[in-house]
Amino acid sequence: MLQSLTGLALALFMWLHMGFVSAILISEDVAWAVARFFEGYFFLPRPQAWLVSSFVAVISLLFALHALLALRKFPADWRQYRIAATHGSRLRHGDTVLWFVQVATGFAMFFLAPVHLYAMFMHPDLIGPYASADRVWTGGFWPLYLALLFAVEVHGSVGLYRLAVKWGWFEGGDARASRRRLKIAMWGLIAFLLTLGLTTLMAEIRMGVEHAPRAGERYVPTWQRGVTAAEEAR
Amino acid sequence: MSRRLKISVFRHNPRDPQSVPRLVDYELDEQPGMTLFIALNAIRDTQAPDLNFDFVCRAGVCGACAMVVDGRPGLACRTLTNTLPDAFSLYPLPVFRLVADLSVDTGRWMRELAERLQTWVHLEAEPELDRLEARMEPALAEGVYELDRCIECGCCIAACATAQMREGFVGAVGLNKIARFRLDPADTRADADFYELIGSDEGIFGCMSLLACNDLCPKELPLQTQLAWLRRKMAGQGIRWLRRR
Ligand code: HEM
Ligand code: SF4
Ligand code: SF4
Ligand code: FES
Repeated sequence: MLQSLTGLALALFMWLHMGFVSAILISEDVAWAVARFFEGYFFLPRPQAWLVSSFVAVISLLFALHALLALRKFPADWRQYRIAATHGSRLRHGDTVLWFVQVATGFAMFFLAPVHLYAMFMHPDLIGPYASADRVWTGGFWPLYLALLFAVEVHGSVGLYRLAVKWGWFEGGDARASRRRLKIAMWGLIAFLLTLGLTTLMAEIRMGVEHAPRAGERYVPTWQRGVTAAEEAR
Repeated sequence: MSRRLKISVFRHNPRDPQSVPRLVDYELDEQPGMTLFIALNAIRDTQAPDLNFDFVCRAGVCGACAMVVDGRPGLACRTLTNTLPDAFSLYPLPVFRLVADLSVDTGRWMRELAERLQTWVHLEAEPELDRLEARMEPALAEGVYELDRCIECGCCIAACATAQMREGFVGAVGLNKIARFRLDPADTRADADFYELIGSDEGIFGCMSLLACNDLCPKELPLQTQLAWLRRKMAGQGIRWLRRR
């Protein structure tokens, strides 16, 4: 049950996460504001990057708990793995195949996600239009993000579908029909999230390439540019 | 035009020390309306007199003829050969003890399950035999009857990745039985009692909702709905139990 709860929390968080990250598609200023918002820029006297660090720590804990619980369901030895693999290939059963997809993508995230989480934990201040783009391109993070994107969105969406059938949400009178609808919703969700995610990543890469010669420089929102120039002049 | 079928049948007799597990191909002409029951009998009559397989009712009622047909568990007597490709395989159900060839002993497994899950109506007191039985709403009786339709064929166990990987997992057949007795007002057991039986990774929390059981149950029992329902009830019971401590 905790598996389901942590999975649900993570999946919903990933939606929000996608929302924040794709803010860059709207404009650099919006992305900057989103990043600073989480440091308390708009309601604290001074921005506190450790707020982001703590939040990252909480997500990491959730993530670790979910993975720990998921490990129970992994094929535990070669025998079980063989059984599961031959069973899966013989059965030609869609939902059983989806389970393999979940195990595989979950296992991939086991290695990919900690890298990302650690980077966010140690450098919470380095989130922003230029800093992120620099990390993606100059920092060489884009292959990681690409793999992570596919793994997370597929795993999360399949997981949500599984949650719905597992607990009987949205079942209605006709379980067969509602399951078919849930399946369609799942594929739709995967397609939508992957499109949005890929577009965002492309935008980050493009910005990263353009910004590479000045990598390390921080973004200043348009409405502050005059002020900082004045401050520097002082 | 009748097809020529090539059926690869798993052959092995564990009681014969000389026997090695192997696949043997048999060819025969498909007849209109041919079921696997007819095909297997034709093979035994003309090609392999020592072939073992089980049939009793030949009408999808007894569950004896369940086997893995072309990779998927199902009832042989209800499977028409015209739903299958020209060449396909027949295997005995996994998990259960192999008797020989396509024949397995589901009985012992099902009996152990019944003892473990105590799948009978638990009464508070001895029933008074000379009084009328308590009445039940027709809709409720329908519901109990629906779940009682399980024929213990074992297809849901053979279809389930969890049951194959983890010995001891009670599978959809076991969980469905608990759902049936929980629904039955004559059974006096409460959720706390049922939790003792299935509130673990060998019970409802081990099920990963792959729903192969639901999709392959030859009696089309609503296993998905029952599993979800039991999971909600048992999770509720688990939380209540945690809070009381
Ligand atoms: C180390 C990383 C991860 C691993 C190893 C992992 C593994 C798994 C496995 C094996 C399952 C299937 C469990 C079952 O069928 O009972 C699962 C379910 C699920 N996962 Fe993950 N996962 C990871 C990260 C994530 C992340 C980041 C998300 C959020 C997008 C997520 C969301 C879900 C959801 C919603 C479920 C369905 C829960 C359920 O079936 O009860 N997982 N995970
Ligand atoms: S639940 Fe269905 S598949 Fe399982 S034993 Fe009963 S009838 Fe067979
Ligand atoms: S839903 Fe899946 S794991 Fe659960 S009993 Fe059915 S086949 Fe097994
Ligand atoms: S022989 Fe009885 S179910 Fe097939």
